[in-house]
Amino acid sequence: MIRFQNVYKRYSSGREALSNMTFHIAPGEMVFLTGHSGAGKSTLLKLIALIERPTRGQIAIRGKNITHITRRQIPAHRRAIGMVFQDHKLLLDRSIYDNVALPLIISGVAEREIGRRVRAALDQVGLLGREQRSPDELSQGEQQRVGIARAVVSKPPLLIADEPTGNLDPALSLEIMKLFMRFNSVGVTVVIASHDLGLVERLGHRVIRLGDGRLDQAV
Amino acid sequence: MSETTAATAPVPLATRVRSYFLRHVQTAVGALGRMTREPMASAMTIAVIGIALALPAALQLLVVNGKAISGSWDSVADVSVYLQQGLSSERVTQLAAELEDWPEVRAVAIIDPGSALEEFSRASGFGEAMTALKDNPLPASLVVTPQSDYTDAESVAGLVEALELVPEADIVQVDTGWVKRFNAILELVRRAVILTAILLALAVVLIVGNTIRLDIQNRRAEIEVTKLVGGSDAFVRRPFLYSGLWFGLAGGLLALALIGTGYLLLRGPVARLAGEYGSGFVLHGADASSALGLFLTGGLLGWAGSWVATTRHLRRIEPS
Repeated sequence: MIRFQNVYKRYSSGREALSNMTFHIAPGEMVFLTGHSGAGKSTLLKLIALIERPTRGQIAIRGKNITHITRRQIPAHRRAIGMVFQDHKLLLDRSIYDNVALPLIISGVAEREIGRRVRAALDQVGLLGREQRSPDELSQGEQQRVGIARAVVSKPPLLIADEPTGNLDPALSLEIMKLFMRFNSVGVTVVIASHDLGLVERLGHRVIRLGDGRLDQAV
Repeated sequence: MSETTAATAPVPLATRVRSYFLRHVQTAVGALGRMTREPMASAMTIAVIGIALALPAALQLLVVNGKAISGSWDSVADVSVYLQQGLSSERVTQLAAELEDWPEVRAVAIIDPGSALEEFSRASGFGEAMTALKDNPLPASLVVTPQSDYTDAESVAGLVEALELVPEADIVQVDTGWVKRFNAILELVRRAVILTAILLALAVVLIVGNTIRLDIQNRRAEIEVTKLVGGSDAFVRRPFLYSGLWFGLAGGLLALALIGTGYLLLRGPVARLAGEYGSGFVLHGADASSALGLFLTGGLLGWAGSWVATTRHLRRIEPS
């Protein structure tokens, strides 16, 4: 599903965020990226979503080498990836429904189908019946669940999350992680960056540890 | 996994086409809705566009009306032939008949000395003085109207030369100089209109471009998120293009309203002025096709302004 081959990323500031990363994540796997802040977790996820480009090396997603794809091909690439962010990146001037529907609208899904799928996604994250509310009215944990609903609504084969529990207390964090595990159990490949080592280790999935932009050890 | 693969299967083409059009309508309506949410700012932009469009359009109407006036002066190509004094009226009639047979002549009108004197007394205001004259000092004259394909300057000059050779002719006169000057001025104004129109069209593009640029800045978060979840450049750009189109069309409508108001205000006074000159001239307004043209030009310029702004600014907003 995801293959990194000697990937380097150096930012224009000169900081080397990743050096010589080589690893493989199989389809259907659930993997945690851990490491202290600045270890390169976010950079790695950005390379997968092509928010950043690698300085050197090759990256293949779903068997396709994305290292040199053109700007115009990026949207199609991103539509096959569900993305969850620490600050959830919801649009506060739109309803929860509109936020979750956005990926479907972009893909040109029929209106009636959109309604059905948005409600299904909100049901999966336990927020059915709140469609017309503003994300403002929800708690942090609920907002993050809307973010997850938006990431999964077009049922992408790959879900990536950058510190999805960063702003949440331990109980809520566990709840969110369990949500990701549920999606993984139906075949979605899940990659989650988290610095919450205790929580990650309790869940018992594969962990990729990063330190100073290098692979510490792959479990 | 089965659920996942089924879900990522591509949306059927027919559905995509249908939702594409539906989405366009929604985006267009949405853009219109956003304009009404900031009525003052939108009204200002529309007002500036409307005025910028109305100005060259009004000047163009001025030229159209000028041409109509100059066109109604066909008769100035008439050639006046003042005959020698003392010709008998029979000879004058005979001469007129001869001239009418010339291929380049359409009609010949006879002005006998008596009616010439009468008209001169009336028009000049020297009526009293004229009655003091014992004899009528005015000769008979012929007004020669050329055939319509002989009215250009060269043909008229040829006709004048030919008429001067007629032994009975004393003075042959044609005064087209001032018509030429008027037409030259009109041509100058027409070119000024084109230049003005180009400059103001550019202004409209810049105005809309600036409005859209601010809109893009205000909606940065939305653009970023849309790009993150896979929105293409065209998708992100679409609402802004519609905004620009609406601004332009609304500006076009306003321009039409301004011109219409100006027309209504000026029609009466112009008719009165024309009446003073004994002319039946009426002010021409914009016809339906040029009105539609102005409206659509507004839309096109608005769209273009938005296109420029989105091309320049949307690319810079990338998720980070």
